[in-house]
Amino acid sequence: MSTIAQTMKRAIRRGGEPAASIAVEPVADGLLPDKVVAPAVEIAQNDPLVAFLQSAAGAVEVDRLDLDSPAVTALREAGVALVVPLVSQGELIGALNLGPRLSDQQYSTDDRKLLDSLASQAAPALQVAELVRKQAAEAASRERIEQELKVATLIQQNFLPRVLPDLPGWQVAAYYQPAREVGGDFYDFFPLEDGRVAVVIGDVTDKGVPAAMVMAAARSLLRASGSRIVSPGEVLERVNDLLCPDIPERMFVTCLYAVLNPITGHLQYANAGHNLPFWRTAEGAVELRAKGMPLGLLPGMTYEEKEATLGPGDALFLYSDGITEAHDVHREMYDTHRLAEQITGSDGEMIDDVLTSLARFTGGTREQEDDITIVTLRRTARGQSGGVRELRESFSIASRPGNEREAMNRVVELIAPLGLVGERLEGLKTAVAEATMNAIEHGNEGREEIAVEIAVIAAAGVLTVAIVDEGRGGPVGTAEVPDLEAKLDGLQKPRGWGLFLIENMVDELRVSDEDGRHTVELVLNLDGGDDGDH
Amino acid sequence: MAITELDARVRDDGGSAVIELRGDIDGRAEESLDAAYTQVEHSDDVRLDFSGVSYMNSTGIALIVGLLARARKNGHTLSASGLSHHYREIFEITRLADFMTIVDEEETA
Repeated sequence: MSTIAQTMKRAIRRGGEPAASIAVEPVADGLLPDKVVAPAVEIAQNDPLVAFLQSAAGAVEVDRLDLDSPAVTALREAGVALVVPLVSQGELIGALNLGPRLSDQQYSTDDRKLLDSLASQAAPALQVAELVRKQAAEAASRERIEQELKVATLIQQNFLPRVLPDLPGWQVAAYYQPAREVGGDFYDFFPLEDGRVAVVIGDVTDKGVPAAMVMAAARSLLRASGSRIVSPGEVLERVNDLLCPDIPERMFVTCLYAVLNPITGHLQYANAGHNLPFWRTAEGAVELRAKGMPLGLLPGMTYEEKEATLGPGDALFLYSDGITEAHDVHREMYDTHRLAEQITGSDGEMIDDVLTSLARFTGGTREQEDDITIVTLRRTARGQSGGVRELRESFSIASRPGNEREAMNRVVELIAPLGLVGERLEGLKTAVAEATMNAIEHGNEGREEIAVEIAVIAAAGVLTVAIVDEGRGGPVGTAEVPDLEAKLDGLQKPRGWGLFLIENMVDELRVSDEDGRHTVELVLNLDGGDDGDH
Repeated sequence: MAITELDARVRDDGGSAVIELRGDIDGRAEESLDAAYTQVEHSDDVRLDFSGVSYMNSTGIALIVGLLARARKNGHTLSASGLSHHYREIFEITRLADFMTIVDEEETA
């Protein structure tokens, strides 16, 4: 039985070219299998024998076959006398091939009955076994792909800067969102000895682990060369020469390398085939052009070096092609002209504005096609002292009336490094107290055992205080202007000022309900409004 | 920044009554505010002195609205002094400033 099983196994090699392979197997006793097992005969998928066997009633004598079939010829040449089709649920799983009986007699009716019954039981068993094998292989391959994605993401994330540089007089912001199948986007900042700072954005062709590895290598080479060589063009030249011998075939790296003097706003840059950055001034956005081939294609390249000086209020916008090459539902690309319009029209956070516009363009819900990376550097209008620009803190308080004061004081302590003063600070204090009071009394119904959670986040020039409760009082609408006359005449309750006040105290009030959590976000632009007025 | 309950004292300032407010004007200030106001309800002029107030919330503002409604019913005027820049702005946003005279003083921001 074991030799028969082995033969069957060989007979069901599927998924490749042949529909079935056939081996010769004797039924006579007393012979050594290795002497009589003939090599498998492969039958092409389109051979007429396949259809014939699929609908055959049972074992088929090769001599009686009258088919124009290369497979039949091959079977005859291999000395096969009888073919027993293995059919399960109408599908040809394989076939048992038998040579002539050793007694030189014809196969008897009993022989054929025995073989047919064997085939009818073996076929479904083989089919199931095949299915199980296929599924296991698919699961293993899926797991391997997921694992690879994880590794690629890990490499990628480990080589992106954890903190943004603190540049006095500059607002630095970065956004990185990998596609599900991680691409090779990267960005980097590193300080140079002379007080200037190197800014890098790049993109490795290809995806997954190979791209992540090349990205890691490129980043290290850029850092090493950048700290020794002053000229951006020469840095790219050097990195290109170092990358060329090692980079896998058909892979290359586009990269913009710039050096900024944060005191003067002077920028020197060179470009290895990366998307041209935008320089935004009060007049609009222009592309900063510098010629150069991507890194890793050909050794001995030179890179054009250009310069610009960013004045107060100017900004630099660096990005990857994940933005400009994103498609809408009609397969139209977002393109640079839309990006330029957004950057020109943005009066606040360029990154937010571009992402919002991009989401609207692509329809928002479809899976992101490629990594999206943006880095912006904006020279603030007033020469600011470089205080802390980033904060991420949270705490919680019990829902006890009066605790809003504690929340307010904690927030004041936490945001002290941001240097918020005057009316901006007072307004935020009132807004925090009011929103927390609403959360305590309304959202958590004054139940002390339920906490009000408060998060303080400062990033990219925006301070957000999020106040979260359980939303037990139901959703809260937008703030209405309370009617003081009606209140004075006793027609309206004297209360109901909370939301109205909050809205007047901060730059933006966002209210959201999700999964039984009611969140009020108080937003202040840190470089926006001047002190003392709104 | 300790939480302090409101202390409201009444004094006479040459014909008009002044309520000196010290502490926080929030939900817990209702009783003392009420008691102080009851003492001066016969006066023609009542001035609320906020120079000792460091914190006022929307519940406190509702209490002031309540006082203002009573003053209107009694036919006397209510004014406010000693408001910090911030609370003065709040009085403007809420339009309380349209119904009571804000007396200019040294701003105690």
